[in-house]
Amino acid sequence: MAKHPTPKLDELESGPWPSFVSDVKQEAANRLENPGKIEHQIPPDCPEDLLGVLELSYKDGETHWKHGGIVGVFGYGGGVIGRYCDQPEQFPAVAQFHTVRVNQPAAKYYNTKYLRALCDLWDKRGSGLTNMHGSTGDIVLLGTQTPQLEEIFFELTHEMDSDLGGSGSNLRTPECCLGTSRCEFSCFDTQDICRELTMAYQDELHRPAFPYKFKFKFDGCPNGCVAAIARADFSLIGTWKDDIRIDQSAVAAYVGGEFPPNAGAHSGRDWGKFDLQKEVVERCPSRCMAYDGAKLRIDNRECTRCMHCINVMPRALRIGLESGASVFVGAKAPVLDGAQMGSLLLPFVEVKPPYTEVKEIIEKIWDWWMEEGKNRERLGETIRRLSFQRLLDVVGLSPQAVHVREPRHNPYMFFKEEEVPGGFERDLQAHRARHKR
Amino acid sequence: MTEDQQKVVDFITGRSKTKFYFNDFLEVFPGRGPREVKKVLTGMVQEEILEFWSSGSTTMYGLKGAGKQGAAEGEV
Repeated sequence: MAKHPTPKLDELESGPWPSFVSDVKQEAANRLENPGKIEHQIPPDCPEDLLGVLELSYKDGETHWKHGGIVGVFGYGGGVIGRYCDQPEQFPAVAQFHTVRVNQPAAKYYNTKYLRALCDLWDKRGSGLTNMHGSTGDIVLLGTQTPQLEEIFFELTHEMDSDLGGSGSNLRTPECCLGTSRCEFSCFDTQDICRELTMAYQDELHRPAFPYKFKFKFDGCPNGCVAAIARADFSLIGTWKDDIRIDQSAVAAYVGGEFPPNAGAHSGRDWGKFDLQKEVVERCPSRCMAYDGAKLRIDNRECTRCMHCINVMPRALRIGLESGASVFVGAKAPVLDGAQMGSLLLPFVEVKPPYTEVKEIIEKIWDWWMEEGKNRERLGETIRRLSFQRLLDVVGLSPQAVHVREPRHNPYMFFKEEEVPGGFERDLQAHRARHKR
Repeated sequence: MTEDQQKVVDFITGRSKTKFYFNDFLEVFPGRGPREVKKVLTGMVQEEILEFWSSGSTTMYGLKGAGKQGAAEGEV
């Protein structure tokens, strides 16, 4: 018998998709039964009270959570997000229900030993409910109480070699795709730079001093598996300088049906015979491909790195050898001014250890944003307010055609004083000697 | 308490609110960069003069124990 009747939540289980409600109910039953004889350090019925408070919120049409607070671990300004229920008498097991963010391993590789230790920790000191992974990318441990925080932090750091992730006005937990560890499309080692920057910027990750959140994300190729271009204030997206490598015999094998297109990804139904002309050449956004029935040609100067042809024929087409990344800045979700995609700052940068060039750009951007950014203003909003041109000055880049989104609206030319011979000062007497009043 | 730390405390106690954005402290140290100011504030957190307050998305600084605490956050 459930502690709280949840008719509205039960509806969420009736659809064709898996429901988190079923998961929470499963954990509620598990904690009640406690087959592992775990010494629960927070009330074991917290999943039931969680369902209860959510049902009440659905009924009332408003939240019953208060967020924020001073909870955290000593010396850290992020990683723990205080959550308090505003109906503590009715739902005492979730009166405090803090969230803990844990920095995930690069590209989210785990072994079962680690996952077991994590689950054991959270069964004992938390609600047993996790979010693997949060939209931030990190491991999100849902629901614990204030006295458990230092204990959790100690076990994470001393026994599991893990650290808290970012929250608040910090550098957020950096996130990357699988990169070269498994993916042949990856143009740089995303995991290595993700870890390197995480370690290099520990102070920024744990001690907040930014105007608002700041996110790094690393996509090894333009397929964008971690959606860096849409989410990160600073994104590196893999690209290459030279030509797409073509294996003409493999192209012929795709045409002949020897290899399934898209590596067989859409083989659930019969799409008919693979048509290279229709499915690849005519799908190219810049129309830079041609196929004469025997040879596939690509005008690489026009290639926009959409990845479609490479995705369809991975055995025939491969990324170039001179690889690196493009730098994008200022993406964000729509709190103010709507969502923004990242703007291209650098078309190509080498991404090799010790990543000095990348770090220099990041630090110049931070210095500027920390001085000029308003409270709760994302980098993308600061750029919009003060202009992309200002950002270029800060980073020390000259404007290029790729930085121009549209022709200018303003017909006037503006110069800076240092660009004008003699500056803006003039000798008025000499001027008057030549031009009488 | 150092001279810089005293300036921060004076700044906070001279105002009616109890929580401050990082940027608010830049005006306490005109001419000094954000990284320098951060060092002062971080030191004060370590010495438990200040404490962090976080909404989850934003972080603020306040004197330890000042203002609403714990479950009382957000109440009038």
